Amino acid sequence: MTGMPALLSMHGVSKRYGKVQANAEIDLTVEAGSIHAVLGENGAGKSTLMKLIYGVETPDAGQIAWNGTPVVLNSPGEAQKLGIGMVFQHFSLFETLSVVQNVSLLVPGTRAELSARIRELGATFGLSVDPDAMVHTLSVGERQRVEIIRCLLLEPKLLILDEPTSVLPPQSVALLFETLRSLQAKGMAILFISHKLGEVRELCDTATILRAGRVTARVDPRDHDKSELARMMIGREIPKISADTTHRVAEDRLVLNHLSLPSQTRFGTTLHDISLSVKSGQIVGIAGISGNGQAELAAAISGEVPVADAGAITLMGKPAGRLSAGARRRLGFAFIPEERLGRGAVPRMSLADNTLLTAHGTGLVRRGFIRRAAERALTGRVIEEFDVRTAGPDVEAGNLSGGNLQKFMLGREIMLAPKVMLVAQPTWGVDIGAATAIRRRLLSMRDQGTAILVISEELEELFEICDLLHVLHAGHLSGPRDPHVTTAAQIGTLMTGASEGDAA
Amino acid sequence: MRYRLVARERASRPMMLAAPFIALGLTCLASLILFAALGKPAGAALHALLLRPFLSWYSFTEVLLKMAPLLIIAQGLAIGFRANVFNIGAEGQFIIGAICASALPVWYPMGGVPFMWPLMVVMGALGGMAYALVAAGLRTRFGASEILVTLMMSLIAIQILNYLLLGPWKDPMGFNFPQSVMFPRDAILPTLFAGARTNVSLYFALVASALAWVMMRHHFQGYQLQVGGMAPRAATYAGFDKRRAVWISLALGGIAAGIAGASEVAGPMGQLQRSVSSGYGYAAIIVAYVGGLNPIGIVASSFLISVVYIGGDAATVSAGLPVAATQVFQGMLLVFYLICLTFIRYRIEQVPGVAVRA
Repeated sequence: MTGMPALLSMHGVSKRYGKVQANAEIDLTVEAGSIHAVLGENGAGKSTLMKLIYGVETPDAGQIAWNGTPVVLNSPGEAQKLGIGMVFQHFSLFETLSVVQNVSLLVPGTRAELSARIRELGATFGLSVDPDAMVHTLSVGERQRVEIIRCLLLEPKLLILDEPTSVLPPQSVALLFETLRSLQAKGMAILFISHKLGEVRELCDTATILRAGRVTARVDPRDHDKSELARMMIGREIPKISADTTHRVAEDRLVLNHLSLPSQTRFGTTLHDISLSVKSGQIVGIAGISGNGQAELAAAISGEVPVADAGAITLMGKPAGRLSAGARRRLGFAFIPEERLGRGAVPRMSLADNTLLTAHGTGLVRRGFIRRAAERALTGRVIEEFDVRTAGPDVEAGNLSGGNLQKFMLGREIMLAPKVMLVAQPTWGVDIGAATAIRRRLLSMRDQGTAILVISEELEELFEICDLLHVLHAGHLSGPRDPHVTTAAQIGTLMTGASEGDAA
Repeated sequence: MRYRLVARERASRPMMLAAPFIALGLTCLASLILFAALGKPAGAALHALLLRPFLSWYSFTEVLLKMAPLLIIAQGLAIGFRANVFNIGAEGQFIIGAICASALPVWYPMGGVPFMWPLMVVMGALGGMAYALVAAGLRTRFGASEILVTLMMSLIAIQILNYLLLGPWKDPMGFNFPQSVMFPRDAILPTLFAGARTNVSLYFALVASALAWVMMRHHFQGYQLQVGGMAPRAATYAGFDKRRAVWISLALGGIAAGIAGASEVAGPMGQLQRSVSSGYGYAAIIVAYVGGLNPIGIVASSFLISVVYIGGDAATVSAGLPVAATQVFQGMLLVFYLICLTFIRYRIEQVPGVAVRA
């Protein structure tokens, strides 16, 4: 370190939650005018580190210095006073208020002043948004802009962005990057938290790589290719998936025929005239950003929300729109929802009892009584075959990490040998190794003839495993596309709601 | 300085078991203070309340007599409570059960009906169930809250009872008192011990406890009800029928309360009176919760509350406590128990001076 002290420097910072060492002896230096990536898998300790910088948590050991002066941050308010701003992965905006009302909750000034400054910042940094728009009418990308603007109004010297691209279509990502570069040009430092290697290589000039709570490398990401960065991040090679494209496609297992469903809640999405078919031995993907009808579509297909028109959904050739969720399962339907706790699993029940939740039809119940031995045996098999890291079938589901619970639920549903399976966000919160295993498992199920419908925000994932792709935007589903002859940009255009003609 | 409750990662099991005892201790302490403030001999009052029932065989059999209806009703209610179906109207179902059971001896005051008392118990069960199922119908058909419906139907049940006792069912030889004829001998439940009023309804309650335990522990229906209570969206996801849970919960609660009502008129009362229920339907709610909604815990809590009932009678005589003291004691027991549960599931944390975002 020569000359000027770094804007932010951390030395030997550690943080422990119970038995988990979330951060261990972290050294991090962020220079003014730099876009600095913090790269790591889910659970590597990125979010904890940011909470320490933003004053949400205080470290157990180590020093934090701001412009060379040691500081103790006890609250986000103190961090903001120093000039640290943070945009969270999950937004903290009130849906029923307008943009400027949301901003004025945190930033001093009259509405008129703030509206003017919001417009001005928008013009300078390509963050255009209408200050008087109600937040619930905004797209996810626009909401993120509001969050960023709200931070910028406090004139930070360091801006922290937690997984900012996870909710954006490709075109909006490009826009965001332009904005970040122009902020950098004004001398602002940016901490960019991500697990996406391509983005980090494109945007950042420095990368600090975390693995299991420790810094494993500090590099210029432009000097390394993706696989090198991945190795630093996960400590081994990423296994490759070889998709077998020679499988045969036979009969229709799940057909949606002009399915329309009015929104069940005030801020829900209405589904308009949705048609698709999933055949045996086929994986069909639905791309799109959550909040465009994904939750509503999944609930309609699973039977959790019944549909008035019985013929709008056919399962195994039978009209199923009015069938209950239980009746659809008896036809051979299985479902892994994106909300794991409280929907896909009961948090305060053991894993064994959570197996029973959907596997009760496979001989676990005899004359109404639960066969405990069979229940435990099946749970043991799920734990073993799907590499669920847990002490055993008696552990409560709520004590599992998100990734392990996902593996458990996926295993449980696969054990049912379903004819049709619906999977929402199959690899959300799952580490790269397990995500690859999950995708491989889906492919082998397809090869054995299962019809699989995948709803996902991860475009790369969909391109990797799907035989056909649809895009869901604002409750409308695009026609099917062959992922082998479609580009991510074309799908991205559909994700932002451009008509089909524009994308082709 | 502000404080907030933060959920603990997991509730400690030993503390869960200790909670009823801590609550009992706190209740005793608060009672001592309360009784002393009333100018009563606090120590003597507490002694009468908790120990007197054990000092003679007769008062102990009276405890068992009280325990039978509390136990069976609480078992029925607890199943519903665990499924998030809140039947607060066991009192009304108890009264309707008592009325239905009384029909037989009122129509045949000389007796001679084959299997007379067993038949009365069955009629009581059916009556209680039918009365509870009205709430199930309103809930599943129109979405009416079963809490309000069952509670208000208790008031209707009291009026039905009044009508019958002041009108058609009044004992013609009863000097115009609002009560039915005295029941014939074969309309009375057999007693268990010579010289005591404890009757076979205690067996009904113990059998019901065993059945409740088997159902909640080993039967798939009990499992479905618990999933519905703990994670309603998981029950929907798995395809468990929500309406069925409402029907089953209310039916079981109504059957249990109806049997208790029948046993009361065919037991210690020997006739249908306006005072047929001394608040059993409401006390059973306390019993169910203090027992942790667990079939075994409820056996213990029903015994405890019965002791307080009998001891409360003794305390009104020996220590001059007001009659309401028993209810106050029971109420405090429930409140302290719920406070204990709150601290077992949550801990208090200080809110830092500066507002925390997100």
